[in-house]
Amino acid sequence: MPPPQFLELDDIHKRFAGVHALRGVDLSIREGEVHCLAGENGSGKSTLIKVIAGVHPPEEGRVRIGGSDLDPVTPLESIRRGVQVIYQDFSLFPNLSVAENLALNNEVEQGRRIVRWSRIRATAREALARIRRELPLHRPVGELPVADRQLVAIARALLHDARLVIMDEPTTALTQREVENLFTVIENLRAEGIAILFVSHKLREVLRISERLTILRNGSKVAEGPTTDFDERSITEAMTGRSVRDEKFHYTAGPGARPPVLEVEGLGRPPAYRGVSFRVDPGEIVGITGLLGSGRTELALGLFGLLPAREGSVRLDGQPLRIRSVEEALAAGIAYVPEDRLTEGLFLEQSIHRNIIASILPELAGRFGFLDFARARREVEEWIRDFGIATPNAEVPAQSLSGGNQQRVLLARWLARTPRVLVLNGPTVGVDVGSKEAIHQRLRALAAEGMAVLLLSDDLPEVVSNCNRVLLLREGRLAAEFDESVTEETLNAHFAETAGTAGV
Amino acid sequence: MSEPAPRKPLLRRILTADDNLNRLILVSVAIFAAMVALNPDSFLTLRNFVSMSYSFPELGLLALGLALCMITGGIDLSVVGIANLTSVLAALLMVSLLGPDSPPAAVVPVLALAIAVALVTGVLAGWCNGMIVSRFRIHPVLVTLGTWQVFSGIAIILTKGYAVPGFPDAFLALGNGRFLGLPVPLYLFLAAAAVVALVLNRTRFGLSLFLIGTNETAARFAGIPVRSVLVRTYMSSGFLAALAGIIMIARTNQAKADYGESYILQAVLVNLLAGVRWSGGYGRVTGVLLAVVTLQMLSSGFNMMRFNNFARDFTWGVFLILIMVANHLFTERKRRRESAAATPRPAPTPNQETPSS
Amino acid sequence: MGRLLRQHEFYVAVILVGFSLLVGLVNPAFFSLWNLFALLKSSAVIGIFSLGLLLVLISGEIDISFPAIGVVALYLTNLFFSGIDYEGTVLLPFLMAAGIGVLLGSINAFVIARFQLPTLIVSLGTLSAFQGFILTFVDTRIINRLSDPMIDYSRSKALSFGGEGGPVYSIHTSVLVFLLLAVVTWILLRYTTLGRGVYALGGDRQATRRAGFRIWKIETFIYLYVGFLAGIAGLIHSAHVRSGNPFDLVGTELNVLAAVVLGGARIGGGRGTVLGTVLGVLLITVMNNSLILLGIPSYWQRFVTGMVLIVAVVLPQVRHLRSPQPA
Repeated sequence: MPPPQFLELDDIHKRFAGVHALRGVDLSIREGEVHCLAGENGSGKSTLIKVIAGVHPPEEGRVRIGGSDLDPVTPLESIRRGVQVIYQDFSLFPNLSVAENLALNNEVEQGRRIVRWSRIRATAREALARIRRELPLHRPVGELPVADRQLVAIARALLHDARLVIMDEPTTALTQREVENLFTVIENLRAEGIAILFVSHKLREVLRISERLTILRNGSKVAEGPTTDFDERSITEAMTGRSVRDEKFHYTAGPGARPPVLEVEGLGRPPAYRGVSFRVDPGEIVGITGLLGSGRTELALGLFGLLPAREGSVRLDGQPLRIRSVEEALAAGIAYVPEDRLTEGLFLEQSIHRNIIASILPELAGRFGFLDFARARREVEEWIRDFGIATPNAEVPAQSLSGGNQQRVLLARWLARTPRVLVLNGPTVGVDVGSKEAIHQRLRALAAEGMAVLLLSDDLPEVVSNCNRVLLLREGRLAAEFDESVTEETLNAHFAETAGTAGV
Repeated sequence: MSEPAPRKPLLRRILTADDNLNRLILVSVAIFAAMVALNPDSFLTLRNFVSMSYSFPELGLLALGLALCMITGGIDLSVVGIANLTSVLAALLMVSLLGPDSPPAAVVPVLALAIAVALVTGVLAGWCNGMIVSRFRIHPVLVTLGTWQVFSGIAIILTKGYAVPGFPDAFLALGNGRFLGLPVPLYLFLAAAAVVALVLNRTRFGLSLFLIGTNETAARFAGIPVRSVLVRTYMSSGFLAALAGIIMIARTNQAKADYGESYILQAVLVNLLAGVRWSGGYGRVTGVLLAVVTLQMLSSGFNMMRFNNFARDFTWGVFLILIMVANHLFTERKRRRESAAATPRPAPTPNQETPSS
Repeated sequence: MGRLLRQHEFYVAVILVGFSLLVGLVNPAFFSLWNLFALLKSSAVIGIFSLGLLLVLISGEIDISFPAIGVVALYLTNLFFSGIDYEGTVLLPFLMAAGIGVLLGSINAFVIARFQLPTLIVSLGTLSAFQGFILTFVDTRIINRLSDPMIDYSRSKALSFGGEGGPVYSIHTSVLVFLLLAVVTWILLRYTTLGRGVYALGGDRQATRRAGFRIWKIETFIYLYVGFLAGIAGLIHSAHVRSGNPFDLVGTELNVLAAVVLGGARIGGGRGTVLGTVLGVLLITVMNNSLILLGIPSYWQRFVTGMVLIVAVVLPQVRHLRSPQPA
């Protein structure tokens, strides 16, 4: 006999000021089941989580947790019945110790006014025992690596006698090895009869960890069933609503021997990375992948002058180049699309216009720094049309765009400079599948025009299908280089090797 | 706009597209009306307007400098300190180099020197602020709170706390003179405001201020030289403060190390009233102009009603709180109205967990 | 030992001792018991103020209105009790001053917690409004004759020794009050859920809300407590100078800020301890009072205050920026 249903959602509707965010969604999770919720950005995943957590009570439909209806659905009632949400930002206090982070919510919830530190430590130990991990209790959480912070968040959630733990995109900031650790923890929880709702858009993980799967699109449930009934293609198609072409990028060297655009020789900024040498020919898309902490981002920042390299040399079109600042990198024709769109990329409250021209201010500036607004407007209009950015006009603030459109604005900003070398760091993180494909097509087109593209990513399918060469960075050094015949399996094998030798 | 514009209500057509500015216009009209009503005989007189336009340029210049810093998401509380330090320096130069009967030929170069020294010192002081703010990444509030004391402190040390009086007539003209019937300080202020407006709206530097104020990290990634822009911002603020200092001592014919300390509150007040956002990224010179004049009307009206300085401080304080609360309520309402509009907000910020409420 | 070296408090203590030795070398009068006890006494007012500001800084904000609260409290209290020729216990004036402080604190609390406005700018306004209120609606004259209980308090001592032919050394009651309030604040911050909430708020606002804290409650408490302490500090100040001056205190906010920041409280929130703050207060007091002993004219005071504040905020930041991890 299968275990009883723990959570049942029936025909849930939710509207926000005219937007129909959820349109009759059903979802059911059994005790001890690992259930995945997949969908593009804006498909209603987050809203659905918040309905379950009681943050957004539904307008229509029934929420049944632990065998009886919730009426009304409130955060407190949801928690009381054993629902715990681990948000993407973990909701931890960086300045407080691990022990206090683990115990504080509990203290507040129980209405305690006086803090007994012995009790705090006892609670903390108990919490860590649940996930069978050891963490330094007195260390401030801010000093822990991301994966450990996540463990703290999970352990804390379990303190509330959780029977359903909802994890919102839990693997975004984790390395491959840490993801494995997380999966072990999830397995343990499952064995104890705790249900997990795993929200993700990383298809491989979805397939790996879950037993059942629910896919949302535009606020409606479009597919549901045992995970074994799905594969990557069918999930993608369900998420996007159209079939996805899966073409691999092929690099063809042009006629005649063209000199390389970028030559990097022994580049280093110890301890982040050292002795990195590679070259990129015109028209190539070279992938650089590696675990978090492999020096990947630092290398990119080195090429862009934000964290200048201390050793080695860079040649651009055969000319030696010293990159000591962003200005120098830009002047030489190197552009960098940063990792985190919201904090490092966009000026959210400013117009699309200003967001795009931000990188070409020197070009637009004439005498005494006066800007050529006529030219700026022309440029911006062109980019909006060219990229198909969905917006009524260029004066709309960037924050009103969807994630995919925001990423297009960022790309436009950098392409407006017509760079020789385009460095992208995780260009499709948090971007819906449709935009992702558009961005990939764009990169290929750029390469075809002779631009040198350097694609840094830990999204292996992305790297494998879009790059004609892949460099693997490990502990700050180039560990391996693959040609376009590389497969995800090969890369994964090398990652595993890394994990083995790193031996944390 | 191809479709025939629907007839907007009269008020809508008069008002600009900028909500902040509209509110400000309403506030200033209301205050104007109130002051006229409360002082029926004296407010609506040429004399009053002339006297007002002698006194608000000082505050206006300080507020302009502050506005630049606030647009970058910073603040410069040291403007009064800079004004006092620079004016004390200019005063000491003039007094020590010139006697009561120095020939006019000797006066002009000394004046030029004194003014130049004051302006350069202002810029240098701003440079110090900018360097500390941008290099050590310390909140500008703390930095400028400290440098305010340091600049004023130096002025006190130089004067041992005494006033430095007695400047040549040619210099006093900068504060009391008229040109084409209007006060000289007014010209200086309007010129400064025009330059600042031009720089903010038309130049690379100006746009950089808004971008840095919106997201400093993104500005760095976009290749905007954040450090140097910030340093130049605080230098500009220092320059404007020095200019204000020169007008101050030219008007009062004496330099004091602790003159006009309540100006800082008023300068902040002007900016908040003007709708310059304290968290950065938004602000307009038109707003600052209008806000300065509004505050001056209030101040002159109070004078006529025989309010003393203390009553004015009290009113400024209360006014400041009211404006902040009002701004808050307006943005709240606007946000609610916007989220009520059809456009979905795909990236809800963490603070808005309950947009429905 | 390694742990000690990582504590900010340790460095403050070292600087405090070092600086004291320096002053003592230049002028041995510094190390007289009489001078040390006088220093302790004069640290009480700044000290009590700084305990309140500590909470504000931990919560991630900056408040500068507390001296004005102190002024209102000391002026109204003294005006009232001198006016009625009060003869009873000194506790009543203290109660009234603290009450006025809480009342004014509640204005700050309301505006800040209800409308979610930045404390610094709000307090810039209330600073001016509070002091302006006294000067406009009450009086601008200095109260020269305090009530007898206040005079008695100004002469009171918590502890005295010596005598019998030799000089009498005594520690003023204010020092005891400061110590007591410091201990109360310490317990509050370390052993109450509310106190941990203040740290939580400075650490991550959103997480604080999700943890089940009511943020407005924490904020309201902070500004009521600041008002409470400011009222007491104001009254003590008036006892020390034996007059009720409505122009006093405003201006000391920078000294207090410098003391708390020197003591290791981080602007931006989440960090700060009572011990560090007390050490910071002592350091600031020694610096301020040693100018004269070092032969520096009093008109250098303001410059020195400013420099100390700047150094206090720059130094930890230099250490922070030098630390290995990139920004």
